[in-house]
Amino acid sequence: MKTFRIGGVHPAENKLSAAEPIKVAELPKVAVFPMGQHIGAPALPCVQKGDKVKVGTQIGTPMEKALSTSIFSSVSGTVLKVDTVVDASGYKKPAVYISVEGDEWEESIDRSDTLVTLKEKPELTPEAIIEKVKNAGIVGMGGACFPTHVKLMPPPQFKPEWVIINAVECEPYLTADHRLMLEKADQVLVGVELLMKAAKVNKGFIGIEENKPDAIKLMTEKCAAQHPNIEVVTLKTKYPQGGEKQLIDAVVRRQVPAPPALPVSVGAIIQNVGTAYAVYEAVMKNKPLFERIVTVTGKELKQPSNFLTRMGTPMSQLIEACGGLPDGDVKVIGGGPMMGKALVNIEVPICKGSSGVLIMSGDDVRRGEEQPCIRCAKCVSACPMGLEPYLLATCSGKKMWDKVEAEDITSCIECGSCQFTCPSNRPLLDLIRLGKTTVMTNIRARQMAAKK
Amino acid sequence: MNKLVVSLSPHVHSGDSVQKNMYWVCIALVPALICSFISFGVGAIITTAISVASCVFFEWAINKFMLKNPKCTICDGSAILTGILLAFNMPSNIQPWIIIVGALFAIGVVKMTFGGLGCNLFNPALAGRAFLLISFPVQMTTWPTPGQGFGTYLDATTGATPLSVMKAAFKSGNPEMLNELPPFQDMLLGNTGGCLGEVCAAALILGFIILLVKKVVTWHIPVSILVTVAVFSGLLNLANPVYANPLAELMSGGLLLGAIFMATDYVTSPMSKNGQLIYGVAIGFLTVVIRAYGAYPEGMSFAILIMNAFVPLINNKFKPKRFGEVPAKK
Amino acid sequence: MDFQVILIAVIALAVLGFVLALLLFVVSKRFAVKEDPRIGQVLEVLPGANCGGCGFPGCGGMAAACVKAADAGSLEGLNCPVGGAECMEQIAGILGMEVAAAAPKLAIVRCNGTCEKRPHVLSYDGVMSCRVANSTCMGETLCSYGCLGCGDCVAACQFDALHMNAKTGLPEVDAEKCTACGACQKACPRGIMEVRTVSGANKDAFVVTCMNMDKGAEAMKICASSCIACKKCQNACGSDAVHVGNNVAYINPEACVLCGACFEACPRGAIASVSIKGVERKDTHNAIPGAAKPAAKAAPAAGAAASAASAAPAKPAKEWKPIEVKYDAPLMPSQQILLAGPKDISNPVPATKEVQFEAKRTDAPLPPSQLILLGLK
Repeated sequence: MKTFRIGGVHPAENKLSAAEPIKVAELPKVAVFPMGQHIGAPALPCVQKGDKVKVGTQIGTPMEKALSTSIFSSVSGTVLKVDTVVDASGYKKPAVYISVEGDEWEESIDRSDTLVTLKEKPELTPEAIIEKVKNAGIVGMGGACFPTHVKLMPPPQFKPEWVIINAVECEPYLTADHRLMLEKADQVLVGVELLMKAAKVNKGFIGIEENKPDAIKLMTEKCAAQHPNIEVVTLKTKYPQGGEKQLIDAVVRRQVPAPPALPVSVGAIIQNVGTAYAVYEAVMKNKPLFERIVTVTGKELKQPSNFLTRMGTPMSQLIEACGGLPDGDVKVIGGGPMMGKALVNIEVPICKGSSGVLIMSGDDVRRGEEQPCIRCAKCVSACPMGLEPYLLATCSGKKMWDKVEAEDITSCIECGSCQFTCPSNRPLLDLIRLGKTTVMTNIRARQMAAKK
Repeated sequence: MNKLVVSLSPHVHSGDSVQKNMYWVCIALVPALICSFISFGVGAIITTAISVASCVFFEWAINKFMLKNPKCTICDGSAILTGILLAFNMPSNIQPWIIIVGALFAIGVVKMTFGGLGCNLFNPALAGRAFLLISFPVQMTTWPTPGQGFGTYLDATTGATPLSVMKAAFKSGNPEMLNELPPFQDMLLGNTGGCLGEVCAAALILGFIILLVKKVVTWHIPVSILVTVAVFSGLLNLANPVYANPLAELMSGGLLLGAIFMATDYVTSPMSKNGQLIYGVAIGFLTVVIRAYGAYPEGMSFAILIMNAFVPLINNKFKPKRFGEVPAKK
Repeated sequence: MDFQVILIAVIALAVLGFVLALLLFVVSKRFAVKEDPRIGQVLEVLPGANCGGCGFPGCGGMAAACVKAADAGSLEGLNCPVGGAECMEQIAGILGMEVAAAAPKLAIVRCNGTCEKRPHVLSYDGVMSCRVANSTCMGETLCSYGCLGCGDCVAACQFDALHMNAKTGLPEVDAEKCTACGACQKACPRGIMEVRTVSGANKDAFVVTCMNMDKGAEAMKICASSCIACKKCQNACGSDAVHVGNNVAYINPEACVLCGACFEACPRGAIASVSIKGVERKDTHNAIPGAAKPAAKAAPAAGAAASAASAAPAKPAKEWKPIEVKYDAPLMPSQQILLAGPKDISNPVPATKEVQFEAKRTDAPLPPSQLILLGLK
C-alpha cells in the first residue's frame, strides 16, 4: 500500500462520527463573519449597519493587489454592525454581524439537486472556471484556506501534470470529508473534473486512507464507470498523510524541495475534497462559498455528529445540538487534535476552514509533566520532513536563530508528530514554532533590506 | 463555570513516557537475569540487588542533599536500569563493597556530575565497569565457572572464559588451543564463565526481540555491530586460524549484551539512522581489534566508550535525510 | 636513585622550555596585531558586563566605537547605561573629550492588570514563555495587550532588577539595580516594558500603566485598572505632556514636569508614580469585572476632581533638554525587526547568572555536556 517515505506516527483514530449522516444545522440568530478567513490579506467589508442581505450576498471584497478573496453571507437578514470578534486565533479580528431573518437566497443560485456534468456545459473554458471559482470566494477547505483560484494559476514556468485530491482526513476524530464522499460522491467527482480542466491536466488522483473502505469502494466504482481519468489511490493510515508534500510523495513518488519551492514545481496541484465539492457548487450551481460540513465530536459528547453548517454560526450552537459541554476541565479545539487551535471561548463563529469542533475533556485536556530530553531520537524518527526536532526546539528556546535557520527549520510543516511521540512530554512544537516565525521574519527583513 | 484550557497544538499525546521505556528495558533483561541465577546461583541475585539498591540510593541522595532538587528522579527507572546493567558487567563472586564503589562512580560521577538524566556523555554502567576494571583488575577478572549450585556466592570456583581462551590462543600463536572453547549450545544457554549478564546468548536475543516489538530500540545499532564483528572476525579467521571463528566471537564475552543493551542507550547514541549505522560499524571494528590485539581480553566496553566520545561529531556530520533533498547540490 | 638521570631530565626540559619560550616571544612580536592602545584603556574603564545596552556588541565594541567617535570629533550619542555618567566622564577624560550628561533612564512595567483586578477566564497549559503564550491567544485574561506573566522579561534581565510578584502576577522593577540596558524591552512580545527617561537621582516619573487599545466600554469589562480614554488626564495636564491616542493615554517623558495632576485625575488608577522607592498607585476602588457587586467608588473620584483643580506643589525643574514631542508608544519588538532588520533582535543577551524563575522555563542554562552533545560547543 502506498505511503510517504519519511517519518510519520499513528495516533488513535477515534472516528466517533464516521457513521453519522450529515445533518443540516439550525440557522443561528446572529451570524458573525470574520473578514480574515483565508491566508493573505483580510477582505474589506462592503456592507454597513442597516443593509439588507440575502443568502449569497457578497459582504466582503478582496483587498486590492494582495492575496485575498471575498466573503459571502450565509444568511438573510439585516447587518447589525461591523465590529470585531474573537476568532480562532484568540484575538479580536474585524467582522460583520448579521441579524438573521428568514432564509431568502439570491436568485442567481440554483438550488436544485440535479447533477450537472461537464458534458452539459461544453462552453466552460479553464479561464471561465477559474473566474467563477474566484468570484465564489473559494479557499482550501482542508483548514489552510489558501485561495483556490491562485493555486489554479501557477507561475508560467511550472506545468502541472496531475490534480491530486486530498480525501485523506488523517487527523483523528474528523469525519467531514468521509461523509461528504459517501453522500455527495457524484458532485465531488464533477468538481474534480472541473479542477482538472481549470488546471489543464489530464489525470486526477484521489488519495483516501484505508480506514475508510466504504468511501474507497464507492469512489472507485464511480470513477471506473464515469470518470476514467480519475484514479482512487488507497493510502496507508499514517499521520500526516494529508500534508500536501506527504500526499504527493505517496501518490506519485516525488518529493517537493524545501521552501520556497511549491508543490506545483513537481507537477502536482493538491485540493481538498471539500474544495472540489465547493467548486462544483460554485461553477455548476452559481453558489458561492457560505456553508460547509463540520464534524462536532469528542469522547464525552453525547452525540458526535456531522453538520452542514452555514458559516457565521457560533460553535456554541453546534455544541448544544450535540448535548452541550461536558463537566470538568474542557478544551475546545477548532480542527483536529494534531494541528487544530484551542479556542478561547465557544462563541467563535464557523469559518471557511472550520473542519471540526473537538471537545476534549478529562485526562486528555492537560499536557503531561515535562522531563529532560533523554535523546531517544523518537522525534527524529517521527518527523516527516527529516528534521531534528530536539535540536530545533532546544536551539529555538536558547534564541539561536542562525543555527536553526541552518538546520532547515523553515521546512517544518508544524504537524506535531514530534511532540506527539516525545516520551518526556517536551513542548517541542511550541518552541519550533517560535524559532520558525522568528527565522521567517528575519528572512523577510533581509529580503526587504536587500531590495533597498 | 470551569475555565477553558488553551495551549498550542498538538493536543494529543502517544502516551509514551520515560518510565515506560526504562521499565520495558528492565523487563527485557529479566530472561538474562533468570539465566544468570541458574548459572551462577544466589551470588547473581545478591550482586544485582546490591547494585540496583546502591544506584538508586546514590541518585536519591545526590539529588536531595547535593543538588537540593525538589523533584525525586528515582521513579523514572533509569537508576534501576543502570543498576541492573552494572551488575550484569560484574562476575557473581565480587565483593559487595566493590559494587557500591562502582555504583557511586557510575551514578555520581558519570551521570549526575554531567547533569543527570539525558546529559551524560558516557554510558554510566560501562564507565562504571571500566573504572572497576582498572581499579580492581583481579576481582573483576576472575569469573566463577557455571553450574556450581544455587548456594554459591563468594566461595565459587573460578575458571577460564571463552574470551580468555581466545586471548591465550592468539598470544601463543597456536590455533589448537581454540578447541578448548565451549560448544555452541553452552554459549547459547549460558553454560560458560563470564560476567552475570553476558553468558546466556539466547536470553539476550529474547530481550532484543522484546525491545524491537515494543519499539524501545530500532534494529540499526545492534545489527550493524553484530554484522561488522561477524564480517571482520570472519576475514581475520580466514586469514589466520589463530583468530576465533565469527560465531564464537559473536556469542562470547559482552558482545551481545553490549550491542543490544549498552550501545543502544538513548543518551549516548547518535540521533540519526545513518549516524547509528556508522556508530555500530565503528564499535564492531574496535571491538574485534581490541579483542585480538589489545591487552584486555574484552574489547566491547572500551569500544563503546570510545565511540560515545565521538557521538557529538557523528551527530553533527550525519544528519537525517531531509525531505525533498536534492542530493547533488547540498 | 641515579642522580645523572634526573639531571639529564631536568636539563632537557629546561632547554625545551627555553626554546619554546623564545619561539613564542618571536612569534608574538612578529605577528602582533596593531591595536590602538586607547581602546584597551577605555575597555579597562567600562564595566565589562557585555550587555549590549550601548547598542554595540559587548564592551569591546563600545570601546572601539568611542575611540572612533573621538577621532571624528565628538562622543555625542554614546552612552554606557550600566556604567552611567561617571563611566562616560572617565572615558571622556582618557580620550580628551567633553561628554554631556545623559538623562537617567528606568525600565517601567506598563500594565497594572493584577490577578485581582484582571480576572483570568482561561487556563494556559503550554510553555512558560511570553512569546509562545502571545502567539497562542490573548492570554489567560480578556486583555490582548496586557502582561502575560510568564517572565520573559525576568529571564532577560542580567542585573537581578526584575522579579515576578507571585500575588499580582506582574513583574516588578528594582529601580536601584536597573541599568536601563533595554533587554526586557526587547524580550517583551507586547511592548509592555518601556525604558524611559526619568528625572533626577530619585528616578521620578509618572507613567500610564495600561496598553489596552480597546474602546473604553470594552476596557472596563476586562480589567478594573484599565485606561478607558476618558481624557481626564489630558485635560488636567498643564504641560501638554499627556495625550490619548488609540484609546489609550501616554505621558511624554520629555514634556512631563512631574506635577502629578494626571495621577490625581485618573478615575481608574491607571497612572502610576514611579520613583527609586517603587511604584505608587491611587486606589480608585473600581469594580472588578465579573465580580458580584461594584465596590464603593464615590469618595476617591470626588477627591481626584478637587485636587486636580489645585495643582500639587511643583516638583524640581526638569534637568534635560526638551526634544520633539512624540506620543506614539514604542514599536513592539516584532515591528522593530521588520523595519530595522534582523541584527537588532538576533543578538542574544548572554546569560551570566542562574535563572531562578520556575523550573519549567526552557531557556535555563544547559549543562556543558548537553551543549557538547548538541554540538554547540
